Amino acid sequence: MSLRAYSVLPGFGPALGFTLLYLTLLVLLPLAMLALRAAGLSWEQFWATVTAPRALAAYRLSFGAALVSSLVNVAWGLLVAWVLVRYDFPGRRVLDALVDLPFALPTAVAGIALTALYAPEGWVGRLLALAGVQAAFTPLGVVVALTFIGLPFVVRTVQPVLAALEPELEEAAATLGADRWQTFWRMVWPALVPALLTGFALACARTLGEYGSVVFIAGNLPLQTEIAPLLILIKLEQYDYPGAAALATVMLGASFLLLRVVHLLQRWSRVHDEPS
Amino acid sequence: MNQADPLVLPTAARAAEPLHVARGTRRPTAEPAPVRWLLIAAATLYLGLFLVLPLAAVFTQALQHGVAGYLAAVTEPAARDAIRLTLLTAAIVVPLNTLFGLAAAWAIARFRFAGRGLLRAAIPLPLAVSPVIAGLIFVLLLGARGPLGPWLADRGWPVIFAPPGVVIATLFVTLPLVAGELLPLLEALGAEEEEEAAVLLGAGGWAVFWRVTLPNIKWGLLNGLILCNARAMGEFGAVSVVSGHVRGLTNTIPLHVEVLYNEYRFTDAFAVASLLTLLALVTLLVKHLAGEHTVAEPGAPRAGREAP
Repeated sequence: MSLRAYSVLPGFGPALGFTLLYLTLLVLLPLAMLALRAAGLSWEQFWATVTAPRALAAYRLSFGAALVSSLVNVAWGLLVAWVLVRYDFPGRRVLDALVDLPFALPTAVAGIALTALYAPEGWVGRLLALAGVQAAFTPLGVVVALTFIGLPFVVRTVQPVLAALEPELEEAAATLGADRWQTFWRMVWPALVPALLTGFALACARTLGEYGSVVFIAGNLPLQTEIAPLLILIKLEQYDYPGAAALATVMLGASFLLLRVVHLLQRWSRVHDEPS
Repeated sequence: MNQADPLVLPTAARAAEPLHVARGTRRPTAEPAPVRWLLIAAATLYLGLFLVLPLAAVFTQALQHGVAGYLAAVTEPAARDAIRLTLLTAAIVVPLNTLFGLAAAWAIARFRFAGRGLLRAAIPLPLAVSPVIAGLIFVLLLGARGPLGPWLADRGWPVIFAPPGVVIATLFVTLPLVAGELLPLLEALGAEEEEEAAVLLGAGGWAVFWRVTLPNIKWGLLNGLILCNARAMGEFGAVSVVSGHVRGLTNTIPLHVEVLYNEYRFTDAFAVASLLTLLALVTLLVKHLAGEHTVAEPGAPRAGREAP
């Protein structure tokens, strides 16, 4: 039995060969190296490294800020997607195109721009100072930077689902006497839940390891405003390679787990879409 | 491709069509005007705060020392070296990852083979890796203390803390971007029939690619190219780890921005950063134009295309 189905199309051998070689050299081999380095530690050493107070504080900040910023983006992302799909207003197309800005703008540029805005003497920082809040160089600043980075994910996963909803469903609900709020909760919301969860998981995965936009605004004080990627970098600069590899392994495990969740969510929403 | 068919109007167009409702009454599937305007205002405020304000901040800060100061900052020798390395990196990375994207999309979308699902799942992996970890793995592999480091050093080929390291780290972080655009497109097109017909009519492999496949995917390919280029020129974390910040040798534009910023030369930092911001805006414009050509039917699965 052959390992592949017959096709008249040419180029299978070279295309697959190049793909496998490229992926192995650039991705699989280097990632395997990380596991190898971390495995150089005994289990006790590994555990002591990843549960040291400074490491735990860094993980808590990275995971916590990713979670909070992604929740913010779920709420506002749903609103933005709704407004962009359902309403027409001046400037809609420009705003729609701008949603992808966090994908296109280099993270270092985002980092210094947000720091300039949220510093105590910045445009936004001055307003926050009136309310007695300081964002820059505090955990709140980390959340602000990650909210910027994660902004497109929920909007871009919800938009196509919202656009594809059959207007007949809402018309039928209205005909049967439902008000707008009931129609939204009972007809529209359930259809959007898989997309919202997918967007949330994608935003978490992206913001968890974010570095460039955060280091400028975070303050980078150990135990307080130091994110996990920065701690990895510090260990690397101190030539503590096994320590850096151990911390990185934990982060990578969490990221891949999230990626798996996204995959399952997408399969789940496809099953839901299937007309029975 | 998707010209208006009088019988099958796209859902979005149909929804926009006014129903026959008496003047002054609201459609039963629309929100009251005040609610509508409140929602629009809230969404605009959010996007203004997080997207428009940072853009405005970059350009106002960049021009604080006037146009002359701006030009001096972006043309000084250190800036020119950084621009040169960034352009060189993109010139190597974008073609290689495009070749990979085409090969991977062709193999996965057009053939059924053992391990296909696994291969498809492996391609987006770099997007889920923190940029710092992306740099770290290459330091571990190719650095002085890695298994390949001494061998490379003996031959006088330093990779880590040298330009090749910058290129390799950038290759890694941008690897899935072209493939990620082409793969869903090629799978959704379902143009195998056209390609198979071309083969059966005697066309060679290249003729099929150039005359049948490429015209169908050209806008998606452009989209992937421009995203890959933007990320290659703007990558910060991974490049920062492997570059060692050797001035004039391994500083890319984003690293140069960081150096200026840490030296408290804020205006100069924002001036150089404004170059990358302009690149980002051009990228969005091209992406938007390419998107208008690739929109298939509304509701076609587009979610997750630029995401892991």
